[in-house]
Amino acid sequence: MADGSIGLWTVPLAVLGGAIRVSTPFLFVSLGECITERSGRINLGLEGTLIMGAMGGYGVSYLTGSPWLGVLAAGLAGAALGALHASICGLPRVNDIAVGIALMLFGTGLAFFLGKPLIEPTAPRLPSIDFGWWSDIPQVRAALRINVLFLIGVALAPFLVWALRTTRAGLIVRTAGESADAARAMGYSVNAIRMRATMFGGFLAGIGGSFLSLFYPGSWNEGLSSGQGVTAVALVIFARWDPMLCLWASLLFGGAAALGPALQSVGFSQGYHLFNAAPYVLTLLIMVITCSPKRTLVGAPAELSITR
Amino acid sequence: MKSDVPIALDQSEKSSRAALREQIAGAAEIVAIPTLALAAALVLFGIFVALFGKNPLDLYFYMYQGAFGTWFSWQNTLTRAAPLILTALCTALPAQLGMVIIGGEGALLMGALAATSAALALPGAPPFAVQVAMAAAGMIAGGLWIALSGALRQYRGVNETISSLLLVYVALALLNHLVEGPMRDPTSLNKPSTSEIGAANMIGTIPGTDVHWGFAFGIVAAVLAYVLIYHTVFGFAARVAGGNIRAAKVVGLNVSRLILIICFLAGAAAGLAGMVEVAAVQGRTNANLAAGYGFTGILVAFLARHNPLAIIPVAILLGGIGASGGLLQRRLGLPDASVLVLQGMIFIAVLASDSLYGRLPIFARKGAA
Repeated sequence: MADGSIGLWTVPLAVLGGAIRVSTPFLFVSLGECITERSGRINLGLEGTLIMGAMGGYGVSYLTGSPWLGVLAAGLAGAALGALHASICGLPRVNDIAVGIALMLFGTGLAFFLGKPLIEPTAPRLPSIDFGWWSDIPQVRAALRINVLFLIGVALAPFLVWALRTTRAGLIVRTAGESADAARAMGYSVNAIRMRATMFGGFLAGIGGSFLSLFYPGSWNEGLSSGQGVTAVALVIFARWDPMLCLWASLLFGGAAALGPALQSVGFSQGYHLFNAAPYVLTLLIMVITCSPKRTLVGAPAELSITR
Repeated sequence: MKSDVPIALDQSEKSSRAALREQIAGAAEIVAIPTLALAAALVLFGIFVALFGKNPLDLYFYMYQGAFGTWFSWQNTLTRAAPLILTALCTALPAQLGMVIIGGEGALLMGALAATSAALALPGAPPFAVQVAMAAAGMIAGGLWIALSGALRQYRGVNETISSLLLVYVALALLNHLVEGPMRDPTSLNKPSTSEIGAANMIGTIPGTDVHWGFAFGIVAAVLAYVLIYHTVFGFAARVAGGNIRAAKVVGLNVSRLILIICFLAGAAAGLAGMVEVAAVQGRTNANLAAGYGFTGILVAFLARHNPLAIIPVAILLGGIGASGGLLQRRLGLPDASVLVLQGMIFIAVLASDSLYGRLPIFARKGAA
């Protein structure tokens, strides 16, 4: 064992620490997508937004020396991609799923193009808060070194639940998602509502991307995201369009994704790549268990194209 | 090109000349609007590279040179078009049923793995037998991979777009696991790979060219898919189910069977692309196979409006854009990702152009409104 004093406890500790680190991008993307989907539109392009946010955040952090400006820039880049998605989907007879696929390819390509000069240099990274100061065990301290973005995400989930349920804006978003006609009858432009919801979703997804490049793994390269954006979109379905459930689901997925590296850290490297597939297999299994061909999903916005 | 169904039904009530004129206008519209979108994307891309201080005219010149300017570049283009035709079918066939499958890359990787395994399992067999076994194994593996997405959709209501994309990452993990573990050739040090399938088992090139036989496979597959969809009862049933699932059930079509078979065929096409990449280009399986042909294939299918015959020229066009990437890198110093940016722009322009159908005055159909 790597550490005689705590032995096999290394693995659950590493999974816990990993879950907190790895879940943050899942959390931001799924919260953003949750709001977008509650307005009645699906944005499958968040994989591209995530990568664009990772690149943009890293680049701005490198140029300005401030990782927080990087986070802001990543969010703005994400919002811009969201606006592009929404403006094309606003045209008549355009399918939102197809536009999402296009933006996934476009965002990825643009990030690789602009990010070429960023592979070498090192940008300032986001700081973390040491919640493990009380412990002498290095593994505990490592697991509890938590990034501020994660805490913001954790606070954001109940806030969004509250905002969707009680605020005027939340009600408008939900109306557009349940019945476009009702929203129109109330005098709102459905396209304008969905534009804002998609930009908000893109903003959060961009921030999720900046976490990848500015904290964990903490550098920019072209292999940075491999399907986290798509997994997060699937996760929203599993979370029944409820931001709080998005939080728990993100932690679960983070834990699944951290299992491979955790086992590797105690010298168990057999099937490392298979463990990397764990979050995807888990997503598929959960969708198989929770979806049903006979009834619409509980909590699904009625206007959403994938559930009709 | 087929025109819309309602117009075909109206024909008996109209003079045949007027009907013919409308059909030609409809066909012209289907060609003209994507062409317009393509041109718009090229102009946008020219502006984009101009922002980085490159001359757009140089860009277009080198793109043409790299794609279609010489016999050498033509061969490069056709070689790249081969897997694109096959992976585009992986999206276009399920689209007839109204399904959006985007997991061609996963089926390609599974096909490559299965084809390599088949070749390695048959040492000393005659090359032709090995090649047939490779093709069969690749098609079955790819077919089952996409049929899984179809089955999940039909029996569990799982969205096929998301499941097929998730399966891409599962396939990639499986490939990395096998290539670095059980199937690894111990002599492949820098780039973990399987053992080579052997020079005798490679499918070779079309005589007189450097273009491998995979291109011919692609053409044959596209023509077969066209005949299947537009000239068989099975294809007609699929299009009925794609148009209106309730109507299909009312007339007694077995929708589950249609979905599973179409998805299997779609995946088989992409799996064959994986076999072709192994047996004509790489000679073994390694991470090089995840070159993005599966994702470009999605764009090809959408640009061709999911028509199997239109996929052939569109795949050649996109293959040409891919082939010109090297020249753009060498002559203009553009990163290799510029091809991806252009592909993304084309995709967005094509989808945005969907809203133009029936709205351009020159294609206005009298009496159609």
